Amino acid sequence: MSGTGPAEVAAGSALPPMSVRVTRADLVRYAGAALDFNPIHWNEKTADEVGLPGVIAHGMLTMAIAGRLVTDWLGDPGALLEYGARFIRPVVVPNDETGALVELSGKIREVREDGTARVDVTATFEGKAVLGKAVAIVRLPA
Amino acid sequence: MPLDPAYAGHAYPRSEVYEVGRAKIREFAEAIGDANPVYRDPEAAAAAGYPDVIAPPTFPVLLFGKFSIAALVEDEALGLDYGRMVHGDMSFAYQRPVRAGDRLTLVTHIESVMNRAGNDFLNLRVDVDTDDDERVVVARAQLVVRGEQ
Repeated sequence: MSGTGPAEVAAGSALPPMSVRVTRADLVRYAGAALDFNPIHWNEKTADEVGLPGVIAHGMLTMAIAGRLVTDWLGDPGALLEYGARFIRPVVVPNDETGALVELSGKIREVREDGTARVDVTATFEGKAVLGKAVAIVRLPA
Repeated sequence: MPLDPAYAGHAYPRSEVYEVGRAKIREFAEAIGDANPVYRDPEAAAAAGYPDVIAPPTFPVLLFGKFSIAALVEDEALGLDYGRMVHGDMSFAYQRPVRAGDRLTLVTHIESVMNRAGNDFLNLRVDVDTDDDERVVVARAQLVVRGEQ
């Protein structure tokens, strides 16, 4: 086991890292589940026309996957009080079986007197951050 | 045409009600690869203290797309070019998790409109409530409309 459980956190401690592969099939499945049918997430031609380097993952899918890092660690997703992120770089998803690899890590930035903590999440694709200011405020177990 | 900064403070009429179903939550959890049993098994949810299965934290984006983005796109006077729009940021502040059986309705507020370097930035706040007035989550989002260059 790497990382620390939510009961014994201190500023600086790390959450167990995760890496997730995202394929075109995942994008189609997410589009249907989230009702987000913007063609830049499934149609090469549209992505091309608007100047993207290829079909890209929904920013909200990357944010959801990054959220799993925090809720898996918490156990109870209801202990997540706030969660936000900026979408600073696209995850380009190739038309193959392997897809794009998104790597996730998290760190406790601050443990607060009121029993909450701030977790900073990092999501990278091809070595570069794709989410900016990805921050979760969580309630720690009493 | 840049978006009109006078839109700051504008709110759209309350949306229709969206009833959150167990099957939709499960479908969403599967789509994000999240195996947590509280999203699919009512007994696991009950053991964790919830009256029914809960939804993953980013689930409210479904309502944001269905109602908020739709309201903006349909507002001809606003003149949002959907084809040039990208999602800049998103955040959620939860009163409690969304759960199956919730009858949710929302109000979309335009908090500010900025024009910078040829791009438009639209900052939104979306208050998501049950139809009996319980606040569930407040979502904030920035939409960026890229200028034509």
